[in-house]
Amino acid sequence: MSATGIGAPVRRKEDFRFITGAGHYTDDINRAGQAHAYFLRSPHAHATIKSIDTSAAAKMPGVVAVYTGADIEADKVGGLICGWMIHSKDGSPMNAGAHPALANGKVRYVGDHVAVVIADSISQAKDAVEAIVVDYGLLPAVTDLKAATSGKAQQIHDVAKNNVVYDWHLGDKAATDAAFKNAKHITTIELANNRLVPNPMEPRAAVGEYDKGTDSLTLYTTSQNPHVVRLVMSAFLGLAPEHKLRVIAPDVGGGFGSKIFIYAEETVCIWAARKVNRPVKWTCDRTEAFLCDAHGRDHVTKAEMAVNEAGKVIGVRVATKANLGAYLSTFSSSVPTYLYAPLLSGQYDIPAIYCEVEGVYTTTAPVDAYRGAGRPEATFVIERLMEVTARQLGQDPAAFRRKNFVRKFPHQTPVIMCYDAGDYNASLTKAMEMADVKGLAKRKRESAKKGLLRGLGYSAYIEACGIAPSQAVGSLGAGVGLWESAEVRVNPVGTVEVLTGSHSHGQGHETTFAQLVSDRLGIPIDNVSIVHGDTDKVQFGMGTYGSRSGAVGMSAIVKALDKVEAKAKKVAAYVLEASADDITFENGHFSVKGTDKKIDFGSIALQAYIAHKFSGQELEPGLKEGAFYDPTNFTFPAGVHICEIEIDPETGIARVDRWTAVDDFGNVINPMIVEGQVHGGIGQGVGQALCEGAVYDKSGQLVTASFMDYQMPRADDLPSFDVGMTVTPCPSNPLGIKGCGEAGAIAAPPAVINAITDALGHEDVVMPATPSEVWRAARKMRANKMAAE
Amino acid sequence: MATVTMTVNGKQVSGDIDPRTLLVQFLRDNLRLTGTHVGCDTSQCGACVIHMNGKAVKSCTLLALSCEGADVVTIEGLANGQNLHPMQEAFRENHGLQCGFCTPGMIMTAVDLVNRKGGDLDETTIREELEGNICRCTGYHNIVKSVAAGAREMTKA
Repeated sequence: MSATGIGAPVRRKEDFRFITGAGHYTDDINRAGQAHAYFLRSPHAHATIKSIDTSAAAKMPGVVAVYTGADIEADKVGGLICGWMIHSKDGSPMNAGAHPALANGKVRYVGDHVAVVIADSISQAKDAVEAIVVDYGLLPAVTDLKAATSGKAQQIHDVAKNNVVYDWHLGDKAATDAAFKNAKHITTIELANNRLVPNPMEPRAAVGEYDKGTDSLTLYTTSQNPHVVRLVMSAFLGLAPEHKLRVIAPDVGGGFGSKIFIYAEETVCIWAARKVNRPVKWTCDRTEAFLCDAHGRDHVTKAEMAVNEAGKVIGVRVATKANLGAYLSTFSSSVPTYLYAPLLSGQYDIPAIYCEVEGVYTTTAPVDAYRGAGRPEATFVIERLMEVTARQLGQDPAAFRRKNFVRKFPHQTPVIMCYDAGDYNASLTKAMEMADVKGLAKRKRESAKKGLLRGLGYSAYIEACGIAPSQAVGSLGAGVGLWESAEVRVNPVGTVEVLTGSHSHGQGHETTFAQLVSDRLGIPIDNVSIVHGDTDKVQFGMGTYGSRSGAVGMSAIVKALDKVEAKAKKVAAYVLEASADDITFENGHFSVKGTDKKIDFGSIALQAYIAHKFSGQELEPGLKEGAFYDPTNFTFPAGVHICEIEIDPETGIARVDRWTAVDDFGNVINPMIVEGQVHGGIGQGVGQALCEGAVYDKSGQLVTASFMDYQMPRADDLPSFDVGMTVTPCPSNPLGIKGCGEAGAIAAPPAVINAITDALGHEDVVMPATPSEVWRAARKMRANKMAAE
Repeated sequence: MATVTMTVNGKQVSGDIDPRTLLVQFLRDNLRLTGTHVGCDTSQCGACVIHMNGKAVKSCTLLALSCEGADVVTIEGLANGQNLHPMQEAFRENHGLQCGFCTPGMIMTAVDLVNRKGGDLDETTIREELEGNICRCTGYHNIVKSVAAGAREMTKA
């Protein structure tokens, strides 16, 4: 392993600009003559718009234009789309209501976009928004997931009767029901997966710009997938044809899913830029982000597990209601369906699984993918079921898991997925050693001396990453393929630019992708630059989410590098006067087999461009190759996290004392970066379990719309993490990579709740387990004990 | 409009500004020092931390006009040319950043912490002192390591 090659903890190439304040985030971009946009947002959860009077606002100082839904409709701008079609049990397509970028006649959640003011300064735009007069006809809010579909709630979209978007299912119901009939033991749990706000630290922003001379548009935006933005804005919204629309996602300050989607504000900025013939800039403030960024999770679930006499799980039955919010966001329909139910087999060999999911409209912000997207929800269900079942059977939770692990690969689950490789037992064993599970009893006694309760919780998670084989997802309803593209441009001096359709917004691609190229071509890592995030530079790509950039994005680079090497060998054959079949390439040098003839990569690159040594008719000059890579399977990262928690029953404060993670991500390009991804995921997962929760009141007001009210995990809410790895290379892609971006967020919540419930000795704890919730649960524990005595 | 004059990163600057302009807006919009970020609107996240008269402050909480005559240092003024400040170097060496958005505020807070409490900082102290800075990417693990390493380096004799 070289110091900068695959497997080395190379320090990040991108860091210099970030630590010196020289990054280029969207809000750092200012265009000559730019105007500023500010949105009037609905203060009501549900209302008709009887009238809007913008005349006073239009006369305010500095105001360039005021637009409403009528204007965007008059320009025939299409509505925002949901790109994944889900069919209900009866075969009918999902009931998707219209989603105009500016509300048309009705608002459906607090924050819904009513009008926009474009002004010379942001302050002037804000002032003018205050002067818009809207006459609302109030309708009842619908915030409760169960009540929404009761038939008594106000209908939110005409097309969705009883507010049901779809009534979907997966698995064999008859086989699963039969398993439950034959069960020795049945565990039944009810749980809620709390609603979260993704909150990347950089709020969304957009600058739209129109070039009258070429009739073309440019959008700078905080996106995880600029090409998808361009595709949707062009093909569905009709803002400009693709060759007249450039989308640039420069440095992006975190995404976690929330920057995948095509939102109203970005759409309005680029549409308005053409109308006012000036650049239009919008930067989200944090409260707007809470109101309007797509939220995550928000499930209510009843789950059952059937176990036979031998202690083997023979069936799992799950019924979930998933809150999709007021409108279907870009990929929202897929999250509680195909990104959820196919993971309900966990790491276990379970012969029968059946899952029903009702997708529900409510008058709340749209809900879509947030780090893990469906897989954390599935893992929470299955890992709570495993833990509770083991406890009810009086078995050790680790031993119960071990008994039910999948042992042979490939393993076809009853819910679509075919696990290609793994060693779940190895991860559990290593995690238990690292966590010193044997020493738990002693640590419990020490805690008890201080009047504290200590508990340990396992989470043996699996996820499906490397999203995804295009044909497979197409058959499940996806509107796009999920391949990735790459182009490797070798310059005449032997430096290399890699153009990738992946997008880095914290993942460190500029380093890891360069490690791959440096390793493969034997050139210094400083001679490689990674180009991404600009549709004028990179032809097409599907972007970064679903832990796909390593498994899919880098595989595309490998494919392009294969072509570069093949072409360079032909050039080398001419230069070294040998047969191309006799040329070998190793450590950055081309050699002729059986001779001492040798030439370095840079010299061959130069020869490819000078093109003096070969006929341009026999071999094309130049050295540049592109590739599209479509994966053959999902990848299946898996691992075991162990959380040890200490609870003060008097205050309800639950402090995570020890965290052990053992993950199998397949082969690793940069262990430093992978560990960083694990840390961050755990942070978000512990946040979900202990402190984060978006709360709407009955009138549909978001009462947690700032960092004052929504508790983000801070440094003193988390411990340091003990992170280890096991490796089973992924057989489904050339680098053997599985993906690491979401693991921590998927694994952590059940580990925390399993630890808390272990400490308390009963299962009645909901997320977020805030001090008040834990205090309540501790009092219940005491009451249970007293009743028993 | 009103005029404000202050020293930013060693240079005297002045501007004609709307009186409601916040210091962070003055730095970002008037001076184009965009390394100082805005991550919230309630002074919670700390992405906007700068040093004013030698102390870490949240520049989203101050009106620019109230900083008349102040000596301000932003993330852009921390390095000495290409020579990084030890705290910057520590963040890079310990992978203390991912998306980079909270990083300038974290580094400015960390430098202030060392100025106040010295170079021998335990984990609990560092975690408590970072209470006013939110990071969504790192889970803080490597930020804590970075601050400890940077603190040692800053105070090395």
